[in-house]
Amino acid sequence: MNTQAWTYLFVFLTFGLYLGIAWWSRVRDTKGFYVAGQGVPATANGMATAADWMSAASFISMAGLISTMGYAGGVYLMGWTGGFVLLALLLAPYLRKFGHFTVPDFVGDRYESRVIRIVAVLCALFISFTYVAGQMRGVGVVFGRFLGVDVTVGVVFGMVIVFIYATLGGMKGITWTQVAQYWVLITAFLVPAMAISFKLTGVFLPQAGLGAELLGESVSLLSRLNGLQAELGFGPYTDTFVGRWDKVNVFCVALALMVGTAGLPHVIVRFYTVKSPRAARWSGFWALLFISALYLTAPAIGGFARYYMLSSLNGSTAENMPGWYHSWEKTGLILWLDDGDGVMRYTANEDNEVFRAGALSPAELSGLRVAHQQWIDTEGARGADARVEMRARGLSGPDPDIIVLATPEMAELMDWIVAFVAAGGLAAALSTASGLLLVISSSVAHDFYYRIINPAATEARRLLVGRATIGVAVVVAGIFGIYPPGFVGQVVAFAFGLAAASFFPVIVLGIFWKRVGTVPALCGMLAGIGLTGYYIISVVFFGMEKWTLGLTPQGIDPQGIGTIGMALNFAVTLALTPLFPPPSAEVQAMVDSVREPEGISPAVDIDSAPEH
Amino acid sequence: MASLPLSSDAEKARACLRVYWRRNLILMSVLLVIWAVAGLGCGILWADWLNQYSLFGTGYPLGFWFAQQGSIIVFVALVLIYALAMNRLDRIHLAELSDLDAEAVKAEAASIADAPKGGAQ
Repeated sequence: MNTQAWTYLFVFLTFGLYLGIAWWSRVRDTKGFYVAGQGVPATANGMATAADWMSAASFISMAGLISTMGYAGGVYLMGWTGGFVLLALLLAPYLRKFGHFTVPDFVGDRYESRVIRIVAVLCALFISFTYVAGQMRGVGVVFGRFLGVDVTVGVVFGMVIVFIYATLGGMKGITWTQVAQYWVLITAFLVPAMAISFKLTGVFLPQAGLGAELLGESVSLLSRLNGLQAELGFGPYTDTFVGRWDKVNVFCVALALMVGTAGLPHVIVRFYTVKSPRAARWSGFWALLFISALYLTAPAIGGFARYYMLSSLNGSTAENMPGWYHSWEKTGLILWLDDGDGVMRYTANEDNEVFRAGALSPAELSGLRVAHQQWIDTEGARGADARVEMRARGLSGPDPDIIVLATPEMAELMDWIVAFVAAGGLAAALSTASGLLLVISSSVAHDFYYRIINPAATEARRLLVGRATIGVAVVVAGIFGIYPPGFVGQVVAFAFGLAAASFFPVIVLGIFWKRVGTVPALCGMLAGIGLTGYYIISVVFFGMEKWTLGLTPQGIDPQGIGTIGMALNFAVTLALTPLFPPPSAEVQAMVDSVREPEGISPAVDIDSAPEH
Repeated sequence: MASLPLSSDAEKARACLRVYWRRNLILMSVLLVIWAVAGLGCGILWADWLNQYSLFGTGYPLGFWFAQQGSIIVFVALVLIYALAMNRLDRIHLAELSDLDAEAVKAEAASIADAPKGGAQ
């Protein structure tokens, strides 16, 4: 059976599993729909959280980014795991004790303000939609690459599956499906990593393999990789601050990711699906443990694949080109524009011959190739060196997404493992998409419809609104997945910056300082959002010069502006607090009630939280 | 209506809660400092200085290792310590507060028993 057939089989089996689980856990009331009813065991909830956390980007793109960025790729690793720690220590236990199950709910009640609630709902919706569009795109890409299915068909198929199991089972169905998806994706990620580690260093454990010596030699893989990179004109792999970002920028981006992650609504809500604060703390530990299984392996894959790619591509000719290259060339993720000598070169200099198709249409690409071939055949008399054009468009080097997808073939694993990676990528995309859709649904149905528009709505009505919202959201997300705005990647960075600058400060201050009242919080939020939004839109879409703020000659990268926005939010809120009245006695009592050990007051009935 | 024993128990309860909250904050602060030192510190601010050393027995430059492996390992340990320590703190203070409650109930019962029959209760 060839890879495509295996892929169809695995996709069919795993999708059948997800639908089966959703049917088993189908839900009839709002309690079960939003917070999984009776509460999920902490370990299982940890697995579900991990799957929810690990999006298509984590699975497919992160290792690729690390392989291109070297040391600096660590910002994504530290940002996303470090943010989880912030969430588990600083936010989640207290939000749970409050008994509110969405972020807009908490800020709306804590600051006694409908305006803040609406601002929070809008932020939550923006962040969630951006993310979900990215996941749908990931689903389409996996279908396209592995199944040879048109991206549109793939996205629609993914949409239908997610719609079915999300509306059927609500949070409970989604949670248990995510448990299954975790095991699919982690196996699909670890097996190729162990195989390529063994192949290159003789060590099975990828994390140890990355630090080990090359098989049969006495030099460490990393020092050989550093040497190769330097020879070919790339900065050494393990050196700090050699690429786009200097120390200040790496710091700002990492901190923005950490704090933004802690403010993401679809992860916070994960801490509510267990029975008690004690279980929530254990669930947090299990989640990070399961997440770290992937995050500790991704740098290993990045390093191995980078080494393998540089050493196997450079100096190859058409006859002895590695097999994986031929499979992936068809997808446009990697292509070769020779300079006429028949030997491939992958470098950081002008003699580089490896490129990617990027956003080029098939027609444009073949036009370039024809002209290039002419240029070779006539030794420069006619046609054009396509490499110049590709360089000008920023298409040098293979697409980073190729790293995870091609690693099984680089390691010469069997066909069915390659197909399993496809199922893993789909599991990652679908698990995150379903978690996000539930947040969107609860934002609209609970925070907006029930709390603001129609407080007298019956349970049946609210459930209907919830399910209908998922339907609409799936369709909108699917449309963005099929026709992604060119700036999807940058918009995701915007989402993090926004969460960092808007949610994080108001939640933290709301929990830990009783004195902060409505107006200072609102002003802080608007200041943070305003600065972050203005900077990102101006720099990314209108080409404004980056600000240096006296901190770095490079200028602050838009991915790091969330840190500054967060600082501004804190500063404004803290400065204004003494000037405005404190919150009402009720709210102060609410904050006090959280500062007690679990079990003192009657346990918060999280199941009836939607009713309050 | 309560006589002296009950209100001093209420004070004791309040004091117990204050201690609980303070210990909570201290635990959190200590863990967050370690978080910052391992992640932002060793992984970023001092990574270039640390890179001159290697992780013992491996080919990993130390700053690089912290950024891509070590910080994550520290984070998992922090969340584990938090779960253990915080659950223990909850248990201890809950026991203390329950004891106070039990004493208050006893004192109340005693004062009822001592009051004259048909009295001002």
